[in-house]
Amino acid sequence: MGPLLVSIYVFVLAAFLGFELINKVPPTLHTPLMSGANAMSGITIIGALTLVTVADPSVSVILGVFALILATINVVGGFFVTDKMLSTFGGNR
Amino acid sequence: MSATDLTALLALGSIALFVVGLKRLSRVRTSRSGNALMASGMLLAVVITLIEIGVVDYRWILGGLVVGAGIGYAIVARAKATAMPEIVARFNGFGGAASALVALSLFWGVVIEPGRDAVAADLLGATSAVTLVLSVLIGSVTLSGSILAELKLRGTISGDPRIPARTALMLLAVVGGLALGGFAVFGVEDLGLAAGLVVGLVAAALLAGVVLVLPIGGADMPVVISLLNSLSGLAAAATGFALSNELLIIAGTVVGAAGLILTQIMCVAMNRSLINVLIGGFTETSADHGEYGHVVSADAESASMVLEVAQRVIIVPGYGLAAARAQNAAHDVARALIDRGVDVRFAIHPVAGRMPGHMNVVLAEAEVPYELLFEMSEINQDFGQTDVAIVVGANDVVNPAARNDPSSPIAGMPILDVDSARRVFVIKRSLSPGYAGIKNELFERDHTVMLFGDAKQMLDELAGHLQAAPPR
Repeated sequence: MGPLLVSIYVFVLAAFLGFELINKVPPTLHTPLMSGANAMSGITIIGALTLVTVADPSVSVILGVFALILATINVVGGFFVTDKMLSTFGGNR
Repeated sequence: MSATDLTALLALGSIALFVVGLKRLSRVRTSRSGNALMASGMLLAVVITLIEIGVVDYRWILGGLVVGAGIGYAIVARAKATAMPEIVARFNGFGGAASALVALSLFWGVVIEPGRDAVAADLLGATSAVTLVLSVLIGSVTLSGSILAELKLRGTISGDPRIPARTALMLLAVVGGLALGGFAVFGVEDLGLAAGLVVGLVAAALLAGVVLVLPIGGADMPVVISLLNSLSGLAAAATGFALSNELLIIAGTVVGAAGLILTQIMCVAMNRSLINVLIGGFTETSADHGEYGHVVSADAESASMVLEVAQRVIIVPGYGLAAARAQNAAHDVARALIDRGVDVRFAIHPVAGRMPGHMNVVLAEAEVPYELLFEMSEINQDFGQTDVAIVVGANDVVNPAARNDPSSPIAGMPILDVDSARRVFVIKRSLSPGYAGIKNELFERDHTVMLFGDAKQMLDELAGHLQAAPPR
């Protein structure tokens, strides 16, 4: 099985996983769940990291640095804002 | 075991943290720890990537991480609870933009900068070339769509302007963008032309995002943002294919799929279909836009006299409460009533406010105890035994037409049965219609009293009168 086929397997299985993962969500959690999932989509941060490994600021590196900054805002801000929302929902209830 | 095997195993740990975290996030009891698990999964993913990169020049990496973390923290720290939905929209746009920029950076680094004319697909590999174009397309749509969604939530852009030939325009932007991108990576050897075509792809995709979101009304923004969130996950997955990074593919795809399911769940809660939302606005029907006949209004003083002798009161907050920043005033009224021994509760409609859960966040900001907040299904049957229902800035979610009039645009939408309370106070600026643009017959009922005015001011006055009232 070639690497592309492995990637396609991974993609399809991950899609099934995502579809099955979320069922019945209480309305209170719709916004926090969306916010948390949004923070997770900042995973593209690891793609950005691999592209800014040289000091020389070429167009490619500059685009990569912008990607890294935006992805980091998405990740840090996203998890933080989700926690802030959830913390207002009265602790463990 | 080699270093690559080790990082591959660690990546499995990161995925496990994401999956378990997301699952826990969707349950009330475990949501906060779920979020923490997902955040640690992300941290692990970053650490794994840094190990894989090996020893390199860390200037940009450190700079980017520090600047991004600082800005992200600052945006959230400064945010008010009422603004959180907007912030989610903004972050989502950033995530989409980041995926598009990663793909663009790859394109420039591998194709343009070496400076030798060649077909991009030969340099990148066909898979990488195709998914790179998809990543730029989806990421850019997410960016412009999310920015527009944030502006709509804020009210900077209001209304839902119709775009002529919207479907055709949308199709043209998407297919045209794909054609430009496909030509750039498969069709041309000239580097300048290839770069120009890719810039055209970005422009077409940004336009598509605008065409997608512009005609959709503000009240449907939660669904739109959820859909855009799903798209930004797919953009990340496409980036993963372009970079052949399995962790990126998995995490991106899980978000894409879970986001789609969440979008569907939110549509069901609002009794809308996704197609209807995307078409924009409520479809034209023969609904009664008519004038109001018999409407009784009163001032805060006479309303407080009724409240003084009430036993059971339910407060129904809507978007008007959040817009007027009246959450503290509402809490003051509740406290004044509780001090008089009145049984006070808040009834939260699933789609009250601008996002599901919006009212919970807003009221929590005013430190209204969580025990006083009840979801529609928990409290709806109690309106019959309630002396006074106080509706603050809500309209469509308490409109009995949803129950009684099958021809109404909101027919079948679950509503709060405030009309079965003995007395209904409606605090509202005017008789203007809500999002659905229809008349609310509740306002004409004999037992309904309209308290016209700003929600915050009216509630402040009510609280003042109640505090000054003689004990019963």
